[in-house]
Amino acid sequence: MSEVIRLEGVGRSFAGPPPVTALHPCDLSVRRGEFVAVTGPSGSGKSTLLHLLGLLDTPTTGRYALDGIDTGSLRDRDRSTLRGRRIGFVFQSFQLLPHRTAEENVQLAQVYHRTPRAERRTAAREALQRVGLGHRVEALPTTLSGGERQRVAIARALVNRPDLLLCDEPTGNLDSASAAAVLEQFERLNGEGYTVVMITHDPAVAARARRVVRIADGRLTEPAAVR
Amino acid sequence: MSATGPVGPPSRLGPRDLLAEALAGVLQRPGRSALTMLGTVLGIGSFVAVLGLTATASGQIGARFDLARATTVTVTDHPVTDGVPPGANPPSGFPADSDARAGRIDGVTAAGLWWRIPSDDLRISAAPATGPGVQGLALFAATPGAVAAVHPTLAAGVTLDRYAQSAALPVVLLSRTAATRLGVTRLDAQPAIFIQGLPYTVIGVYDQVERLPDTMLGMIVPGSTALERFGNPGTADDEAAHLIAATRVGAAAVVADQLAVALRPDAPDLLTVTAPPDPHGLRDRVTSDLTGLFLALAAICLVVGAVGIANTTLVAVLERTPEIGLRRSLGARTRHIAAQFLTESTALGTLGGLIGTCLGVLTVLAVAAARDWTAVLQPWATLPAPLLGSAVGLLAGLYPAVRAAGTDPLTALRGG
Repeated sequence: MSEVIRLEGVGRSFAGPPPVTALHPCDLSVRRGEFVAVTGPSGSGKSTLLHLLGLLDTPTTGRYALDGIDTGSLRDRDRSTLRGRRIGFVFQSFQLLPHRTAEENVQLAQVYHRTPRAERRTAAREALQRVGLGHRVEALPTTLSGGERQRVAIARALVNRPDLLLCDEPTGNLDSASAAAVLEQFERLNGEGYTVVMITHDPAVAARARRVVRIADGRLTEPAAVR
Repeated sequence: MSATGPVGPPSRLGPRDLLAEALAGVLQRPGRSALTMLGTVLGIGSFVAVLGLTATASGQIGARFDLARATTVTVTDHPVTDGVPPGANPPSGFPADSDARAGRIDGVTAAGLWWRIPSDDLRISAAPATGPGVQGLALFAATPGAVAAVHPTLAAGVTLDRYAQSAALPVVLLSRTAATRLGVTRLDAQPAIFIQGLPYTVIGVYDQVERLPDTMLGMIVPGSTALERFGNPGTADDEAAHLIAATRVGAAAVVADQLAVALRPDAPDLLTVTAPPDPHGLRDRVTSDLTGLFLALAAICLVVGAVGIANTTLVAVLERTPEIGLRRSLGARTRHIAAQFLTESTALGTLGGLIGTCLGVLTVLAVAAARDWTAVLQPWATLPAPLLGSAVGLLAGLYPAVRAAGTDPLTALRGG
């Protein structure tokens, strides 16, 4: 199986004073179809890793290949393109635009993606259908429950058929029932072949993943044979 | 690696999407957008209203423009003094048939020569006896054409005719003032007045004149009679011979162009032609000071409007930091973010400009209707006004757009 993520000695440090090494050089390989949880206490470097993986930040050392494309040599234009096309983000706080319907929120992902306008509505409805919100396409985020909002956000992440679903504490703002439903959603998507990388501080949530990577004090460790 | 190789075609934001996103941003908070636009609305509205009202008011000044003044052309003579014995006046530079020459020009309704005869040393009296005459009455010499151009309103009698001129008759036209002071009350007995002891038959008394208001305090004798009895016209400015031409409305400028050549084809330079001031030029001078002031106020309004838009857009950028982060995560490039906020501020400015233009036009219409004026709107001032609003919005959005583009997606998303 091909590698979706390949980190080789990737590290990130911030120039001081005092200089901080947020992530020590590490290696990581995620193959297509994997469901990986990155877990660790707050301040451990999880967010740094997420931003590096999501091309929102650039490593100070090492090499990161996404889908076999070396991202180190890319200009901002291509990084943006890659980010929009191959990565679907799911955030802790959903990041839905409050004045737009569920469908319009999903369509926002297609605005920068050269999707012909005529196809957007169909694609958006399809994505909402997949997360079980086919009946709420016209609903405003304010009228949706937390779990429904996160599912709209997942639909938005899915609509461009990305190679990687990158989730940052996707259940952090949800009650346990909604959280369970969202995690089931990820498992279902993973079953359909999506590669999921989920960042969480909650070991119980991490346990749902088939592979867990731990991070502490900026050091990445992978317990052998979790599955 | 080539740009479109493994990465694929770069993400883009089509013009329609850009506009839709910007409008959504504007309409998201309609109340705030309306308040933000207020400065631009007032500024553009003032511009349109001031320029429209100026044009409208000027139109009225034009309509009320002094008709007599606008239809009067005067020609002044520069007599050649060479070879004239000292103490004597040179012959006038005007040809004898000046009336006819000027009268033939298309657009001239009447034209003729006139000059003032210095009357301080002349004894003007109601009786031939010696003694002090009536002082302070001006004495004018005029050809029939000039009298026609002056257009006196006769209270009694007749005006000077060609016969009086060609025969150099000793006749006189009295103004009402002169008649009263000389004791002339009735003309049916053919009264006479005396100038230097010589009698002049009073053939008419006039009340009003259209031109040469000085004649209201004097009397007019035929030009030929004056030449015979008082000699050539003087050379001083107030005694020199003039040709006065009454023209049809609007013909003054054209007539002025032709007069000198028509009168003296041999030496047109000897004559100075004075056309009435261009009504447009006058109008512009009258209104330019006030207009400048109002336009300055409108410009201040616009600056305030621009600052308002800049401020609100900046606040929106700060407020919508998470949205910017989200858009970046969805593949938006920095320029897409900048373009979106720039388009938002431009849309605000354009909307403000449109509303302001409407209000300005309505103001002009209302004022014109209230005063029974004809509303005048100059297309060059009205049509581009909304674009001025766009420009204001565009300028105001520059800094916020740069700030938005510079927003770090990392920080933007971490907050939420």
